[in-house]
Amino acid sequence: MVNEGPYQRQSSDSAYLFCKAALEAGHEIERVFFYHDGVNNATKLTEPPQDDRNVVARWAKLAQDHGVDLVVCVAAALRRGIVDQNLAQGFRISGLGQLVESAIQSDRMVVFGD
Amino acid sequence: MGEAGTVKKFLFVNRKAPYGSVYALEGLEVVLISAAFDQDVSLAFLDDGVYQLAKGQNTKAIETKNFSPTYRALEGYDIEKLYVERESLEARGLAEEDLLVDVKVLDAAQMAAMMDEMDVMISF
Repeated sequence: MVNEGPYQRQSSDSAYLFCKAALEAGHEIERVFFYHDGVNNATKLTEPPQDDRNVVARWAKLAQDHGVDLVVCVAAALRRGIVDQNLAQGFRISGLGQLVESAIQSDRMVVFGD
Repeated sequence: MGEAGTVKKFLFVNRKAPYGSVYALEGLEVVLISAAFDQDVSLAFLDDGVYQLAKGQNTKAIETKNFSPTYRALEGYDIEKLYVERESLEARGLAEEDLLVDVKVLDAAQMAAMMDEMDVMISF
C-alpha cells in the first residue's frame, strides 16, 4: 500500500525498492494499492527532469516485468483528478475492496507513507 | 468476497487529527469497506488520532465536512471494537467521557499486546 505521491516524499521510492528487493529474493507481489496522495503515482502527465528517476514509469515497468497488479483507489483518484484519460500504462483504477481483498489473501501487507 | 472462510484480525490504527490532513477521513472509508468482507475488525486511536473521537466537533470555520458522526455509525457495520490509548488521551487533557462513542481505554503496553494479536495492521 502506497500512501504518498512521488517526489515530495520518499515513500513511493521506498515502496518500489522494497518491491524490487522482494521480487529478487523470490517473493511474490500480487498487488500494489495506491491510496491517499499515492494515487498521484499513476499520472502519465508527469515529466521529471532527464537526470532524475521516473517514478511513474518505474512502477509501470515493474508491473510489466513481474505481473504486479497496480491498483489506484477510485475515490481517492477522483478527489485528486486521476482518471482514465491521464492514467499511466500498467495501472488500473478500482475500489478499496481490492485493498482489503489483498490483505486477506496475502501473507503480508506492507504500508508505505504516513 | 475474499477467500471463502478466511477471517483475519484487522486493526486500523488512527494516529492523526481528524482535520489538517485527509488521512482520518480516507482511513474511515477503508474501515467501512472492510465491513463488507466479514473480517474481524478493530480500530485503535493513538497520538492525535484520539481527537477523531472528540465530542462536539465543529468544522464550519474551516469549510470542511464534519465526518465525526460516521464513528457513531460503525456499530451498524458490526464494528464495535474501538481501542483508545490512555497516555494519548491524558497528554491531550481528554477523558473517556469526552469521546462520542463507547471505547475501551488501554495503556500503551496493553495496546502493544493487542497489536501483537493482529493479522493485518493498516495505519492512517
